[in-house]
Amino acid sequence: MNRPGFQPSVVWLTLSTVPALPRFLRMLVPRFFFARLVPLIGLCLLAGCGGSTMSTFEGHSDLTKEILDIYGVIFWIDLALFLLVQGILIVAVVKFRATGKETTLPEQVHGNLPMEIGWTVAPVVLLVIITVPTVSLIFESQAQAKDDALVVNAVGKQWWFQFGYPEYDFETANEMHVPLGRQVDVRLQSDNVIHAFWAPQIAAKRDMMPGRVNHITFTADKVGEYMGQCAEYCADSHALMKFRIFVDTAEDFDKWAKHQASAQAEPVAASAGFQAFQGATCVACHAIEGTSSQSRIGPDLTHVGSRGLIASGILENNEANLRLWLKDPAAIKPGSKMPNLNLTDEQINTIVPFLSSLK
Amino acid sequence: MATPAHADPAVHPASTAAGSENQSYGAWLLSWIMTSDHKRIGILYGLSALFFFVLGGIEALIIRTQLARPGLHVVDPATYNALFTMHGTTMIFLGVMPFSAAFFNYLVPLQIGARDVIFPRLNAFSFWLFLCGGIILNVPFVLTPFVDMRVIPDGGWFGYATLTEKEYSPGASIDFWVCGLQILGIASMAAGFNFIVTIFNLRAPGMTLLRMPVFTWMTLVVQFLVVLSFPCITIALVLLLFDRQFGTHFYIPEGGGDPLLWQHLFWLFGHPEVYILILPAMGIVSEVLPTFSRKPLFGAPFVIFSGITIGLLGFGVWSHHMFTTGLGAAADASFAVTTMLIAIPTGVKIFNWLATIWGGQLRLTTAMLFALGFVCMFTMGGLSGIMHASPPVDLQQQDSYFVVAHFHYVLFGGAVFGLLAGIYYWFPKMSGRFLSESWGRVIFGLVFVGFNTTFFPMHIVGAAGMPRRIFTYEAGLGWEIPNMIETAGAFIIAFGVLFFIIDLIRCMMAKEMTAGPNPWDASSLEWVCDSPPKVHNFDITPVVYSDRPVFDKTHGLGPGYSLPVGHEHIHIPPPSLRPLFLAIAVAWFLASWLIAGQAMMLGVVSALLATAFMLYSCFSWFLEPGH
Amino acid sequence: MSTATADLTSPHGHEPAPEYSVTGVPAYKLAMWTFLGSDCFFFGSLIGTYMSCRGKSLNGPYPLDVFEAAVTSLSTFDLLLSSLFMVLAVHYAKLRDIPKFTFWTVLTMIGGAIFLSFQAYEFTSFVHEGLTLQSNLFGATFFVLTGFHGAHVAIGVLLLGSLLWSVRGGHVVDAGITTEVIGLYWHFVDIVWILIFTLVYLLEFTS
Repeated sequence: MNRPGFQPSVVWLTLSTVPALPRFLRMLVPRFFFARLVPLIGLCLLAGCGGSTMSTFEGHSDLTKEILDIYGVIFWIDLALFLLVQGILIVAVVKFRATGKETTLPEQVHGNLPMEIGWTVAPVVLLVIITVPTVSLIFESQAQAKDDALVVNAVGKQWWFQFGYPEYDFETANEMHVPLGRQVDVRLQSDNVIHAFWAPQIAAKRDMMPGRVNHITFTADKVGEYMGQCAEYCADSHALMKFRIFVDTAEDFDKWAKHQASAQAEPVAASAGFQAFQGATCVACHAIEGTSSQSRIGPDLTHVGSRGLIASGILENNEANLRLWLKDPAAIKPGSKMPNLNLTDEQINTIVPFLSSLK
Repeated sequence: MATPAHADPAVHPASTAAGSENQSYGAWLLSWIMTSDHKRIGILYGLSALFFFVLGGIEALIIRTQLARPGLHVVDPATYNALFTMHGTTMIFLGVMPFSAAFFNYLVPLQIGARDVIFPRLNAFSFWLFLCGGIILNVPFVLTPFVDMRVIPDGGWFGYATLTEKEYSPGASIDFWVCGLQILGIASMAAGFNFIVTIFNLRAPGMTLLRMPVFTWMTLVVQFLVVLSFPCITIALVLLLFDRQFGTHFYIPEGGGDPLLWQHLFWLFGHPEVYILILPAMGIVSEVLPTFSRKPLFGAPFVIFSGITIGLLGFGVWSHHMFTTGLGAAADASFAVTTMLIAIPTGVKIFNWLATIWGGQLRLTTAMLFALGFVCMFTMGGLSGIMHASPPVDLQQQDSYFVVAHFHYVLFGGAVFGLLAGIYYWFPKMSGRFLSESWGRVIFGLVFVGFNTTFFPMHIVGAAGMPRRIFTYEAGLGWEIPNMIETAGAFIIAFGVLFFIIDLIRCMMAKEMTAGPNPWDASSLEWVCDSPPKVHNFDITPVVYSDRPVFDKTHGLGPGYSLPVGHEHIHIPPPSLRPLFLAIAVAWFLASWLIAGQAMMLGVVSALLATAFMLYSCFSWFLEPGH
Repeated sequence: MSTATADLTSPHGHEPAPEYSVTGVPAYKLAMWTFLGSDCFFFGSLIGTYMSCRGKSLNGPYPLDVFEAAVTSLSTFDLLLSSLFMVLAVHYAKLRDIPKFTFWTVLTMIGGAIFLSFQAYEFTSFVHEGLTLQSNLFGATFFVLTGFHGAHVAIGVLLLGSLLWSVRGGHVVDAGITTEVIGLYWHFVDIVWILIFTLVYLLEFTS
C-alpha cells in the first residue's frame, strides 16, 4: 500500500537510495540468463510447460521483469548451495561408509571454531547479495504511482473481477485493458472475502482485502493477452475465478475505453430482448447503460457482447455457452451467487441473442 | 545395574499388572486408560498420531486423484475445499505435533535420567485432551450425511477472515474447527508447562544444561514456543467465535474491524508453529547422525544455540506470510530481513550435520537413511524458502504450488523424515525388537522417491502459475504433465507408508526381544535402560559426567556416567482416571460453544453441566491419594 | 524422588565432580512462572487487539462517554490493596501461622470480590448507556479484554478459596510454597490490570 509522506527508516533509505549497488549486482549475471536461460531450463524440464501466459518465467512489464531479475540472483545462489550441500553429503556417504572391519573409532572431532565462524559469516554475505536488490525493489515497486498513471479500480467478488476506469467513467468485468508503455495503478479492493489479483506476466500478485485499498503499479511493455487468476482461497468457485489483461497500443486502448464508456443506443431499451431481460428479473442485479437497468450487484453487461469470455474467464463467449449459463449458473460455477432463475426456453432464446448483441 | 531397586509394589499396581499373563482384556485396557506412565502415554500419542496421519494421507490421496488430470470431478468443489482444509489441519495438529509429542513423552525423562515427567497426571490429561480435540475435528465427517448444512471445516488451515465469518461460512464447519483447535491448544500448552519444568528440574545429577542431549534441548525450545505462541491463536479463535456467535465485528470491515488482525494473530502463532513442527525432527537427526557415524555431534553447542536462535527469530518473522496483503514497504523490508536471518542458524545446523558425518564410519541403517534424507530434503525446503523470503519474488510465489512444494519439503521432507528416522532409531528401545532393515530400505526408497516425485514438480507447476487450493484446472497451461506425475508420486508414498505400517505390526507381534539396552552403540542415557525400559526407568539414578555418557563409558573415552551404589525409594504414582475425566470436562465445556451456535439455551445448559463436572474433576484430582 | 547419597567424584578421579544442576526452584513455582510467561502472550494479544482497534469505532458510545474515572480508580486501588494482603498471606503461610494466614487470605479474597463487583457494576452501567459487544469495536474489544481479566480474578478468588480450605483441612504438604505460587498469579493479574487501567482508561483522559 502506498502511504504518501511515509518516511522509511534511515537504514532502508540508505539502502534504497544506492541504486548503483543493486544494479551492479544484477549486472553480475547478464539479464540474458534470467530472462532467457531460466525459462529455457523450465521449458526443457517440462517440454513446453512454460508456454502459457500464467507462467512466471516470463515478464512483460517493468515489475515482473525486475522480480525475475531477483529471482535469478536467488536461483543461482540456491543452486550453488544445493550442489554444495548435496555434494558433500554424497561424497561423505560414499567415502566414509563403514566397512564393518573397523577396529578403532574414527577420530572423535567435537567441533572447530573457525569453521563455525566461517559457515555463520559466509551465508551473511550471500544474504546481503539477495537482500540489497530485494529491499531496493520493495521501495521502488511500492512507490506512489505517477500522476499520469491510468487508474483501474479492481474489486474482487465471489467469484469474478470488477474493473472500473474512473478516467473514462465505466465499469466492466473480468477483462482489463491497459495501454502499452503507460503506468497503470490498479487499486485492489474487495467488499466480501479476501481475494488475490495475480497476473504473473504483467502485474504479479497482491491481495484484495476487504476494508482496504492495495496498489499494484506497473508499465506493460508488450502488446498481448495475458491470463490472471484469483490466488487467495475464497470458497466454492475459487478455482474458476479468472481474468484477462489485454495490453493494447495507446490508440487501441483509447478506442476501446471510449467504446466501453458509451451507453447503449436508445432502441436497445425498447427491444424485445431487453423486455425479456427485464421480465426475467436480470435487472435486479445487472446494469446496461442507456437503459433503466442500473443495478451493480452482478457484472456490468453494457458491452458484454464485446468480451471474449464469460463466467469470469472460463467459457468462450458464444450463444451456446450463454444458453448453458442462463439455464443453471451453479452447474458451471459451483455456489454461484447468480441464482437459477428457472428461465423458460423461450426467455433464454430471446435473452441470449440480446446479450450477444451488446457489443 | 548396580543394585536391584527397592520399588514399592503397593503404590504401583498397574506396573505389576501390566506384565502379568493372566490379566483380563478389560483390565489391560483400563491400565492403559488410567496410565500416567510417560512411556505408555508416549505410545498412545504415537499410535493416535499414526492413525490421524493415515487419515490425513487418505485426504491427500483424494486431493491428488482429483488433480491428476484437468477437469476431473472425483469429489465436488465443496468437499474438495473441506478435504484440503482437513488435510492441513490434520497433518499439522494431529499428525506431526503429536508424533513429536510421542517422542518427547517417551524419551525426555529417559534422556535426562528421570523416572517420569514432573506432573504425570497432567501429562495424561494432555494426551486425552488432544484425543478429544482430534475427535471433535473429525466428527463432522461422520455427521455430514445427517445434517443439511456444512459441518466439515472448509476455511483452509489458516482460516482467513472474512471467509470464516458467519456471512460467508453460515454452517457449523468453522465452529467445529475453532472448537477443535481451541482444545488442541490447551492440550499442547499443558504439555508445554510440564516438559519445561521436567527438563529444568528433573535432570539427573551431573546433567548440566550443556550435557543434555540435543533432542531434549530441541524439546525444551519447542515447549517454550508452544506455551508462548498458542495464546495468540487462542485469542484469535476467541475473537472469531465472538464474531460468529455474539455479533461482534473484530474482523468485519463493515463494523470497523479488520481481517488483517486475524492474519497478524494467526501468524504470530503460525510461524513459531512451523518451528514447533521442525525442531523436534532436527533434534532427532542430531541424535541419529552421530550415533551412526560413531562420532560426536560436530559443534554441539552451536547446533543447540542455532535451535534457540531459530526459536527466538520465529517470533519476529510472522508477517512474511503476509507480503501480498499490502503492509507497506517498510514492514515488507523489515520482515524480509528477519526472515533472511533465519537462514543463518539453519545453515549452521546443516553444515554441522555434514561435518558430523564427515570422517565418520557411517552405518547406513534405515534410521540413518531417513536422517540423511532429512538433511537432503530439508536443505531443498530451506533454499526455496529463501526465494519467497524476498517479498518481490513472493509476489509471484505466494499462494501458488511453489509454496506448497516448499512447505512439504520442510514438513514432510523435513519433519516427517526426521520422525521416521526417530521411529527406526528408538523402536528397539520402545519394544525390545528391531524393525526389519531390509523392509526399511524398501520403505525408505519408496518414501524418498515418492516424495520427490510428488513434490518436486510442484515447484515447476507453481512457477508455471498454478494457484494452490483449486479444485480443478484447465488444460493447455502446461500443468497437466507435472500434476499427473505428482499424483503418481503420492501413491508411491502411500505404498511406502502401507509397507511401514505392515512392518510395524509384524515386528510388534514378534516374540523375540533381541535388542538389548544399547543396540546402536549410542550415547545418551536412555540406552542405559532395558529395552523396553522398566516402569520406573532407572533402578538407580545415574550420575552424568559428559554429554555422551553411554558412548564415553562403553569406549573408555571417559567416565561417562556411574550408577551409585545404594537403595533408592521409588515412588510411582498409582493409575488414575482423573486426567481422562478432566479432559472430557474441558472438551465438553468448549464443545458447548459449538452447541450454543445452533441452540443457545441447550449450549448454556451444557456449559453449566460441563463446568460442574470440571470442578468435580479438579477437586477429586487434587484429593486423589498417592500423588 | 529422592537421590541416593551418590559419590559425585568421578570413578576415574581425573574429572572434577559435576555440580548437581537441578534448578532448586520448586516445580509448582517454575510451572507457574512458565504459565505466567504464556499468559503474557495471552494478554499481550488481547491488549494488542484493543490498541489496534482503538479509535476505529464507527459510532458511539466512545470511551469518554461511559468511563467514570472515580469508580475505576477506586476499584484499581482495591485490587492493589488486595495484592498487599496477598503478600501478608504468603508471609504468614511461610511462618505457618495459620490464623493470620487465614485472616489475610480472606481479606485478599474480599478484595478480589469487591473488584469483581465494581466490574459487574461498570459492565451493567455501560450496557445501560448503550455500549455492548455488538454496538461498536470499542465495546467488543473493551468487554473481551476486561472480561478475560475479570475471569482471571475470579479464578484467583477460587484458587484462594480452595487454598484456604486445603490448608485448613491439611491437604497440602507445604502451605508456604503453595500460597507463594498462588500469590505469583495474583500479583501478575494485578500487574495486568495496571496495564489495562493505563492503556484503556488513563490514555483516554490524557488525550
